Amino acid sequence: MFVLIVGAGRVGSTVARAALAGGHEVSVLDEDPLSHERLDHGQTTTWEDAGGRFTVGHAIEIEALEAAGIDQADVFIASTDGDNTNLVIAQIAKRRFDVANVVARVMDPARAAWYAEQGLHTICPTSAAIAEFKSVLEVA
Amino acid sequence: MYVVIAGGGKVGWNLARELISKDHEVTLLENNRRRYLTIEEELEHAVQYGDASELWILERAGIQRADLVIAVTGDDEDNLLICQIAREKYLCERIIARVNNPRNVQWFELLGIQPAVSATDLILRLIEHEVPSYGLVHLLDLPAEQLEIIEVEVSADALAAGRPVQQVELPEGSLIISVLRGGKGFVPTGDTVIEAGDEVLLVLDPGLEEAITAQFAPNGARAE
Repeated sequence: MFVLIVGAGRVGSTVARAALAGGHEVSVLDEDPLSHERLDHGQTTTWEDAGGRFTVGHAIEIEALEAAGIDQADVFIASTDGDNTNLVIAQIAKRRFDVANVVARVMDPARAAWYAEQGLHTICPTSAAIAEFKSVLEVA
Repeated sequence: MYVVIAGGGKVGWNLARELISKDHEVTLLENNRRRYLTIEEELEHAVQYGDASELWILERAGIQRADLVIAVTGDDEDNLLICQIAREKYLCERIIARVNNPRNVQWFELLGIQPAVSATDLILRLIEHEVPSYGLVHLLDLPAEQLEIIEVEVSADALAAGRPVQQVELPEGSLIISVLRGGKGFVPTGDTVIEAGDEVLLVLDPGLEEAITAQFAPNGARAE
């Protein structure tokens, strides 16, 4: 599968490495050239030597998305640090580029829930953390 | 009419002020604490503090009963989201979005957010309207002083191309003040030969554009 990951933060870069190790074709788009270091950190090979692709550009720019290979993407992961950016680019990937599998990281549980109701696949780390804390309290 | 405005920048604050003076009920949402406090001194209860892309902030502002939602933050993704939520979740019939980067207009169209207003596009359209296709740009207009400075590109087959400045047939009340060639500007003398591709800056009395562009446009074409 061709996986396009937008936003190479802690989550994006780790997921990218895992996807590459899993035998997928992986392309990463981030506006910060230095985010590339996160892809290389603790690895024996550079991201490119390991077969990964990296593009510098802003997530909402069509040229950047196209340069990163959105046309071929089977999976699109929106993991920038902006909820609204993730929600917008996920919808662009779905509606404009017909990407089959689109996932957006959304920190705000309310927005994550509403967009999920609209049929967008959202992942909310905040909700996950709340659930974890609750389960700890229940055990205690 | 009840209007919710997201973003208390220059656009948002002035919109709020104008709408209030026209007796509309307005809630302005501003996410920056210091900015909010400044606006609050003037608008008092008509401004609320918070991130307008958070649902509870919108609900606190009474978005359910808003007749119009205007998103004018400096961030296009925020404006898109706020308008999408206003229309699709809270069923607001009328929304207006500001587009900061005209290249994002296509995304507002894709998500059905209309009207999406881009100041850059508006200004470009005004320029295209004012300016004939061969490219005349008003650099400075001082109507009170009856003075204009324009920039015009010299076409390959323009009457002025290949002529020294003193032989270019300019109307009275106009003067070539500078020539831009190869990225460098210089003040020409009467003997300087105007070349095709030069950009020429002129100072002129208002109303002389047509006679001037006739010298620089393709084959003496006239301004529309």
